[in-house]
Amino acid sequence: MAVCVAVIAKENYPLYIRSVPTENELKFHYMVHTSLDVVDEKISAMGKALVDQRELYLGLLYPTEDYKVYGYVTNSRVKFVMVVDSSNTALRDNEIRSMFRKLHNSYTDVMCNPFYNPGDRIQSRTFDSMVTSMMIQVC
Amino acid sequence: MEGLTLSDAEQKYYADLFSYCDIDSTKKVAANGRVLELFRAAQLPHDVVLQIMELCGATRLGYFGRSQFYIALKLVAVAQSGFPLRVESINTVKDLPLPRFVASKNEQESRHAASYSSDSENQGSYSGVIPPPPGRGQVKKGSISHDTVQPRTSADQQEPASPVVSPQQSPPTSPHTWRKHGRHPSGGNNERPLAGPGPFWSPFGEAQSVPSAGDAVWSGHSPPPPQENWVSFADTPPTSALLTMHPASVQDQTTVRTVASATTANEIRRQSSSYDDPWKITDEQRQYYVNQFKTIQPDLNGFIPGSAAKEFFTKSKLPILELSHIWELSDFDKDGALTLDEFCAAFHLVVARKNGYDLPEKLPESLMPKLIDLEDSADVGDQPGEVGYSGSPAEAPPSKSPSMPSLNQTWPELNQSSEQWETFSERSSSSQTLTQFDSNIAPADPDTAIVHPVPIRMTPSKIHMQEMELKRAGSDHTNPTSPLLVKTSDLTEENKINSSVKFASGNTVADGYSSSDSFTSDPEQIGNNVTRQRSHSGTSPDNTAPPPPPPRPQPSHSRSSSLDMNRTFPVTTGQQQAGVVAHPPAVPPRPQPSQAPGPVVHRPVDADGLMTHTSTSPQQIPEQPNFADFSQFEVFAASNVNEEQDDEAEKHPEVLTVEKASDSAGSLRVAKTESKIEEKTAAGAPANVSKGTTPLAPPPKPVRRRLKSEDELRPEVDEHTQKTGVLAAVLASQPSIPRSVGKDKKAIQASIRRNKETNTVLARLNSELQQQLKDVLEERISLEVQLEQLRPFSHL
Repeated sequence: MAVCVAVIAKENYPLYIRSVPTENELKFHYMVHTSLDVVDEKISAMGKALVDQRELYLGLLYPTEDYKVYGYVTNSRVKFVMVVDSSNTALRDNEIRSMFRKLHNSYTDVMCNPFYNPGDRIQSRTFDSMVTSMMIQVC
Repeated sequence: MEGLTLSDAEQKYYADLFSYCDIDSTKKVAANGRVLELFRAAQLPHDVVLQIMELCGATRLGYFGRSQFYIALKLVAVAQSGFPLRVESINTVKDLPLPRFVASKNEQESRHAASYSSDSENQGSYSGVIPPPPGRGQVKKGSISHDTVQPRTSADQQEPASPVVSPQQSPPTSPHTWRKHGRHPSGGNNERPLAGPGPFWSPFGEAQSVPSAGDAVWSGHSPPPPQENWVSFADTPPTSALLTMHPASVQDQTTVRTVASATTANEIRRQSSSYDDPWKITDEQRQYYVNQFKTIQPDLNGFIPGSAAKEFFTKSKLPILELSHIWELSDFDKDGALTLDEFCAAFHLVVARKNGYDLPEKLPESLMPKLIDLEDSADVGDQPGEVGYSGSPAEAPPSKSPSMPSLNQTWPELNQSSEQWETFSERSSSSQTLTQFDSNIAPADPDTAIVHPVPIRMTPSKIHMQEMELKRAGSDHTNPTSPLLVKTSDLTEENKINSSVKFASGNTVADGYSSSDSFTSDPEQIGNNVTRQRSHSGTSPDNTAPPPPPPRPQPSHSRSSSLDMNRTFPVTTGQQQAGVVAHPPAVPPRPQPSQAPGPVVHRPVDADGLMTHTSTSPQQIPEQPNFADFSQFEVFAASNVNEEQDDEAEKHPEVLTVEKASDSAGSLRVAKTESKIEEKTAAGAPANVSKGTTPLAPPPKPVRRRLKSEDELRPEVDEHTQKTGVLAAVLASQPSIPRSVGKDKKAIQASIRRNKETNTVLARLNSELQQQLKDVLEERISLEVQLEQLRPFSHL
């Protein structure tokens, strides 16, 4: 379903980014990068005291003619950005939420690994396989 | 050459050797060089080799074809067996062992020989050569070990008996214990060569059932050296040290041959049972793991925190990435800590990795943590059967550690379903799921929304009906009917007529509607109401009163409705014509109910009826005293009635046109125009009266003009008005027409009477004036006569 999945650290550098290797992936990288501004905007709009109430799922960040970009932020300001093909109209909001939840779970699993240093690139095979399962349906 | 019969083992062996010699891949010719090497490896005297070559026919041919090669091999076996070399010996010698080739250079040959022999012949001559180890990097070491081993075995190969032992010794290594131990870190080095094994060991194991002693000897090696090495591993396991331990390990093997057979028995048993599971943890291994666990965490039921585990496993000098992966695999419950089982699994994976085994993508079945703590379990085979299930599920079930130990072997099944369940549990637990539900509900809203409109429509049906009533009531006041009512307010009876008509039409609302439709002025509005009502009745089967019968045909079909009204109001049949119900003013007078009830009743026939009426009217008129006194007109036809005839002519077509038009509104308008006509005729009458001797033309003219103007103003259904006007004018001269039906009718009749009176008055006037004219003319004549009489006298 997803065309590109990215995990961005709190300091806005990518921990993990992977896209469907069909076109120039740089375009997806750029889209993810630009979406960070939207994410920050949404986070700041929530207010500072409402961190607990703030919902993790941000929803559609911005649509382009071909793709839609969805965002998700954890409580530790780690962002998940997902680019989805617009032609996939059957993709509903619930499914996007479930995909983000899976991402979050996998991310926590990676975090739980004592051999993983926070801030490192995510090289977990499990995480990769999970992301592949999310992206494999596109092809 | 005699035909060569080969056993299966021989066939395989020979084919393999042939392919080995077939360096050019011709599949037909074995390279001479290779063949010679092979023969040399057979360690046969040179002359024997030559003899073999002659016998197989290669010398004749100059090359080794497949058949020649096979024959040669057979001869080699014969020679090695000590049989005399003869052509006949190829097939005569029974139970010939496979040719032996010392493979100092080519391990494969020996291996192949060993493998083939092990398969078929249980002589143990060359039982089980170690197949190339699966792990990378193993081959080399394996080969090295082979080399180290081979010298020993080769020495033994000279004796037919020794091969029985040596091959056992060389691989033996292979006892599965070795194999397993081979995966152990340090200790594994000496077992590397043997570590290759895997499934190949099974037949070997079986073959070795006899020479168990040797196995025992060898197998006995396993525990101590590994332990020694493990210790070293635990402290500082440099990889280089592991490699250097090769020769040492070999030495150990040779030296340490005294081992309790008890362990061997276990191992043998395990060998046979678990040969196909390279990831099984042996008891010794497990014991070692447990000990290690204790060093970190004394409580065996407790956890090792992630940090401690990290330190421990970092000692293995494996790359962090691999350690991370091992962690992912082994931390089954994803809690960041290792239980005993998890720790053992992790340790085992580290050992395997150390030995060059690739880390699996998923946790192997045998390494999965047992749910029931089976520390002392010798039944390694009781592992939960979940090979396919990944030990590191992306979606870890929420109920992890607390329930895990308590869960039975149903855990894997739960795992299978946990993925399904997990979504539910997630939904139930996380707040986000609520939104999911909400959003799930949201799509359902359209459905409910779809449902809603129906009940929404249903509920107001009554309201609509009430509204309709109100509207009708209002329309009664606002619609043109109101002007009717207002204008005919002086005739209060009209209202009563309306209401009576309404009520008389029916008890049901619909009937009231339908009846009122015909009554009310605006058929369109009524039609709308009716249609609305119909729709409501259709959609609200229950809420409203028993759904009214489908409203009668729309009031647009005024005639049909009026038909109904006719049926409902038989009283007014006499006066009912096209569309006219309560106000059939003009028309009714003409068709007398007594005389023309038939044509009157049927609406569709109305036109015809009226046509007949019109056609017969001139005829009937004189017959019917109620009708306009056309006789009077006929009297004046020659003189003044031209216009009246025109009027009649005009009025007749007007009447006809009226018949064709819709009626219901016409009734109103008829009533309207009646009133107006009354006024106008009244106005006209006095005007005429006032004019006195004015010609009779003017009076009818103004009326006609007004009628026409009215027609212009209300072209729709002013035909009725025209009708009424015509009839009013026609009937004006008539004496009072007996009218007993409806106030409107009385009013019309009254107006007719008046018109008739004025007509008579005018007619008398006319006659008088005519007489006066005659008198005057007579006087003139007389005067002229007198004048003429007097003139002759005047002319004188």
